[in-house]
Amino acid sequence: MGGLVYFSSGSGNTARFIERLGRPALRIPARADAPPPLAERPYILVCPTYADGAGRGAVPRPVIRFLNLAANRARLAGVIAAGNRSFGETFALAGDVIAAKCNVPVLYRFELAGTDTDIARIRDGLTTFWDTRCLIPA
Amino acid sequence: MKDLPDPRKDLSGPRPVPAAINWNRLQDDKDLEIWNRLTANFWLPEKVPLSNDIQSWSQLSEEERTLTIRVFTGLTLLDTIQNSVGAPALMPDAITPHEEAVLSNIAFMEAVHARSYSSVFSTLCRTAEVDEAFRWSAENEHLQAKSRLILDEYDTAASPLRRKIASVFLESFLFYSGFYLPMHWSSRARLTNTADLIRLIIRDEAIHGYYIGYKFQRGLERLSGPERQEMKDFAFSLAFDLYDIEARYTEQLYDRLGLTEDVKAFLHYNANKALRNLGFEALFPDEACKVNPAIMAALSPGSDENHDFFSGSGSSYVIGRTVATEDDDWDF
Repeated sequence: MGGLVYFSSGSGNTARFIERLGRPALRIPARADAPPPLAERPYILVCPTYADGAGRGAVPRPVIRFLNLAANRARLAGVIAAGNRSFGETFALAGDVIAAKCNVPVLYRFELAGTDTDIARIRDGLTTFWDTRCLIPA
Repeated sequence: MKDLPDPRKDLSGPRPVPAAINWNRLQDDKDLEIWNRLTANFWLPEKVPLSNDIQSWSQLSEEERTLTIRVFTGLTLLDTIQNSVGAPALMPDAITPHEEAVLSNIAFMEAVHARSYSSVFSTLCRTAEVDEAFRWSAENEHLQAKSRLILDEYDTAASPLRRKIASVFLESFLFYSGFYLPMHWSSRARLTNTADLIRLIIRDEAIHGYYIGYKFQRGLERLSGPERQEMKDFAFSLAFDLYDIEARYTEQLYDRLGLTEDVKAFLHYNANKALRNLGFEALFPDEACKVNPAIMAALSPGSDENHDFFSGSGSSYVIGRTVATEDDDWDF
């Protein structure tokens, strides 16, 4: 099975989601001066959304810096986006932006730290996703 | 309680001259992030063509119109409280000067929200029916009871963190018994311009609840384990008390339209989100939060409500909302 990479700011929503998911995951540091980590195997990115009303700034800067590294893009298999439906049309927009930039699917969207239903669906979904992917010859 | 000192307690000497605010020296990056989002999202009700709803308004029954005006006066009351008491009460608790500046933006936008309901009224309603609804809200026991509970916390000078809890519940929970109705009308293609205005308010309140909840979490980290537990117990206890009032308010407003159970699911869903903003776990189980999909679609139109690639219900490549792909910093 592939891995997980995530970003979470001081609000801690995505970090709490990852903790409840109970799968090993690599965290992208929030600090501007921290060098982005390198993903060493295929992974799914879990990313919150920070868009303004027009959709600008949807993807957090540390995530952009992480994806600017070609090696990290090459191993990205899909994105799970977090957000808040109260932001209307820009709900979980970071997922769409990353999907468009990196040509990967948006696998799932959830709000804030996710519900128990979200956690169960994503656990099952991740297992199936990587099992299916392993059958496809490289 | 080892909360931070309250500057309001020291009223003996002359007010010290504050340090001039320097936005190029941040103690907390979140302050600038939220300032930028709030100012980029600034709006005024004049931007929304409310007069396009005049025909739709005339097609509502008298009972539906009365309900709508009453709901909007209830929302006006909450915005008034947050503008004149809530956000200002948080300002002396601010840890950074930038937090205080963000709170002044929040306070002003609450005034814009309160003002925008009056724009709806002057566009769609007769003066007499609006005056009647304001009287109704001033006398409504449930509206007054929830305002009382919140105001009591704002006035508790000893606890900055309790003030933040009350504020997050107001911003992220108490508005939603009212927000439900314009989302309901919108899902039936009624009052769609008014719904656009309400969505702008919802967007603002979501940022307010998020930011104040974030500051609450920073404050909570400074407490000891038992103090943190005490604060969490207080938050859940206040959530229960407010929910009791909201449930009765909801029955009073929505029973006759047969919408009460639908609204309650929406309340459960939003109460959980308010607790999430504070960094706590959900109170209501998922089964109690199954909001009518038409309401969810009205809340975030065009965002593909049930998108789930894993279960095969969504499209595999969602591309189209591309405005944000042109942000700076992308290097490919």
